[in-house]
Amino acid sequence: MSKYLLRRTLTSIPVLAGISAVLFTILALAPGDPFEELATNPNVPAEVRMNLRAKFGLDDPLPLRYARWVVSMMRGDWGFSFVSRVNVDTLILQRLPTTLFVLGSALVLAILIAIPIGTYSALRPYSIFDQAATTLAFIGFSLPTFFTGLLFILLFSIHLDWLPFIYRADISATGWRWYWEHVRQAIMPVAVLGLFQAASMTRFMRAAVLDVIRLEYVNTARAKGLSEGVTLVKHVVRNALIPVVTLVALQIPNIFGGAIVTEQIFRVPGIGSLLIASILANDTPVVMAVTFIFSCLVVASNLAADLLYGWLDPRISYR
Amino acid sequence: MDERDLQRLLDEVKGGRLSRRRFVQTMVGLGLTAPMAAHMLGSAGVAQAQTKWTVNPTKRGGGGIVKTLWWQAPTLLNPHFANGTKDQDASRIFYEPLASYDPDGNLVPMLAAEVPSAQNGGVAKDGLSVTWRLKKNVVWHDGKPFTADDVVFNWEYVMDTGTAAVTIGQYRDIAKIDKLDSHTVKLTFKSPSPFWSASFCGPTGMIIPKHLFQAFKGDKSREAPTNLKPVGTGPYRFVDFKPGDIVRGELNPTYHVPNRPYFDQIEMKGGGDAPSAARAVLQTGEFDYAWNMQVEDEILRRWEQGGRGRADIVAGGNIEHIQLNTTDPWTEVDGERSSIKTKHPTLSDPAVRLALNVLVDRGSIQEEIYGRTGIATANFVNAPARFVSKNTKWEFNVDKANQILDAAGWKRGADGIRAKDGRKLKFVYQTSINAPRQKTQQIVKQACTKAGIDVELKSITANVFFSSDPANLDTFPHFSTDLQMFTTTMTQPDPQRFMDQFVSWEVASKENKWAGRNPTRWRNEEYDRAWKAAEAEMDPVKRAALFIKMNDLVIQNVVIIPVVFRPRVAAISNRMRDVVQSGWDGDFWALAYWSKSA
Repeated sequence: MSKYLLRRTLTSIPVLAGISAVLFTILALAPGDPFEELATNPNVPAEVRMNLRAKFGLDDPLPLRYARWVVSMMRGDWGFSFVSRVNVDTLILQRLPTTLFVLGSALVLAILIAIPIGTYSALRPYSIFDQAATTLAFIGFSLPTFFTGLLFILLFSIHLDWLPFIYRADISATGWRWYWEHVRQAIMPVAVLGLFQAASMTRFMRAAVLDVIRLEYVNTARAKGLSEGVTLVKHVVRNALIPVVTLVALQIPNIFGGAIVTEQIFRVPGIGSLLIASILANDTPVVMAVTFIFSCLVVASNLAADLLYGWLDPRISYR
Repeated sequence: MDERDLQRLLDEVKGGRLSRRRFVQTMVGLGLTAPMAAHMLGSAGVAQAQTKWTVNPTKRGGGGIVKTLWWQAPTLLNPHFANGTKDQDASRIFYEPLASYDPDGNLVPMLAAEVPSAQNGGVAKDGLSVTWRLKKNVVWHDGKPFTADDVVFNWEYVMDTGTAAVTIGQYRDIAKIDKLDSHTVKLTFKSPSPFWSASFCGPTGMIIPKHLFQAFKGDKSREAPTNLKPVGTGPYRFVDFKPGDIVRGELNPTYHVPNRPYFDQIEMKGGGDAPSAARAVLQTGEFDYAWNMQVEDEILRRWEQGGRGRADIVAGGNIEHIQLNTTDPWTEVDGERSSIKTKHPTLSDPAVRLALNVLVDRGSIQEEIYGRTGIATANFVNAPARFVSKNTKWEFNVDKANQILDAAGWKRGADGIRAKDGRKLKFVYQTSINAPRQKTQQIVKQACTKAGIDVELKSITANVFFSSDPANLDTFPHFSTDLQMFTTTMTQPDPQRFMDQFVSWEVASKENKWAGRNPTRWRNEEYDRAWKAAEAEMDPVKRAALFIKMNDLVIQNVVIIPVVFRPRVAAISNRMRDVVQSGWDGDFWALAYWSKSA
């Protein structure tokens, strides 16, 4: 097991190095530069821009810039943003809690919806409940988050005027009001993301339960006189969850991807909106850091999924 | 009105027979107002009045929170590093300049005790120096006094190239600054400076404290903790800043203007997009103020009907215009397209340029596309009114274009496209991707087709088109097509900087890595001479005449075709009072005076 872990970790190093090289090259080849707003401002002399480019090393050849990035990354120095001149790690750490809060809540919401609905659908396949759940699930994962986000804003903020559509990370209220305000503003982004994931997760759950419920050991459990509830929770759902858990782990990077769009729409100050703003401003160090974190996340969640699978299903062994 | 009449009016003001306000109003009537009317009075020996616009009286504090929304998020809070107006505006909550420009164009003292003028001896007759007297009893948010040392330090800080300050353009004409006493500084310029308020005034004039920045001058500038935690003299003190997200401030109890500010807290939230920002103010009322409403006027009007807020429109000098290439974009010389060694094969014929000028239907473009947010114009300089030429007019006339081209010998071929000596009238017309611009392109293309000119439309993503990447052919300074369209911004109430877009030494070329400010590559000795003369002309009337001449040269030679000038638009809640925008400074220029009705 530990040998397996070590091997997997070691093989991920060249993978990440490759990813970073590709990312860096693409970013360098992409048009635009971080001082474009200065270029169109008549009051900023061209020398200022040239000076800044030279100072931030933008005029150096690409391999040199990449080498410099790798070396400083190894030393734990993520560089600083060209736009805000703030260290990249500070920027990311500042936004991480918000992203984790929104994504975490969305994931919890998705699980809370998907597991009961998926299970119940599988218990009564092709019933009216199942048909309705299936239809809604299909609608749910066909609609992209940016579209549902806008729909929610139009309905709940503008038409009904119930919920704010601009997210604020620091609310000045205290006590219960603070919690209430946080919940109120998080409802829409969390619902948009959560429902989107819940849709596909419901389908996985339904399929997994359907697979398990027909197996002999379920009949055995019933035959030895266990109540239907205990059979369901202890024997069916528990085993059905094995593939679902791995899928959830594999999906985590996707969730971050979906969050980029949602964060932009609701002005949630998270990693996703940082990425979008940095891409628009051609702020290479930040874009590089955030995309690199995302790729690490993909590699790590793949590994986590493999390990989880083995832990949940002891029949699987690692060599 | 000629120079003599003007002199007589000025005498009347001096003699007290005509009020200052009346004078400015007369100038407005003559199309001569804005900052320069005030500057005229100043230079002609009339004392500058104090704050002229009237505001509701308030007491300090008790106003609760004011919430503002910028759809571009501020990324830093050091005014000398500001990448764009968003950063300048965020810094302005905490920092102040010596003086600013109000909507009438008066210089309004902020940290200065008074605005320098010829009469009070502040402005030297030869334009080589200006003396600022600073307001006493101003303290920084940390309690330290604001003195002349701070002013001198700002100049030194900016001029140190290691600091990499973007405001250097405003300060490099200063030869030296002498501290006359603890609250007086004398700026000496390298050459006569008619626009002496370029430094220390307006959005690039904010003063940062010496005692907190002196250790971080030059190469260490990035490490200053105060880059992100500003300590200024402004109406609000720093509370919290998350780059790219939110800035918060609280009432400054030691603010130097009595009974101000009214609000206890201020919040500037950033990010998102312009239409939803407009909604948050006009429709849901979640926010009190939103910046830069780049939203179609039709939509703004619809949302305004809700009665919660209004679009506030204030004139500035930004102009959407079509540039005509003087050089040949399709021939490469020494690895460079649009090289000044070439001449455009068809646009070099003045008749073609004149024809194009009457083929741009500015009336329809204003009516159908921009509404209140883009006004059809015949001029390149559209504000301040004093510099606006009265000698030009625009028209839309396809028949006239046909006549001009017929007369010049451009004959229609079998395909309906005109040609002469085997050269066809075919143009590529580029602009950035932006819905109103694509609609404008269509309107121009349709008219051109009627006149036998074939126009191919090209649109480029904004962050390529407006970038300064020397390796990318699609940027506007490369100008690798025949025609191109964009808005050029005028951030100062003085057109000197603005008009350098046509001087011969600013031609964008491979040599200067396309950083030159003149993309049309037009070169004209008469224009160059007028520009240089204006740079040193201390007589405001003669100077205005020079700028009008420059504008007319550009328009008569059809170097560019002005389309619409773009006023600034903000969304303001109807509950807000005294939120006055000025076309010559950031949205927060008079933040201290904002208040809210109960």
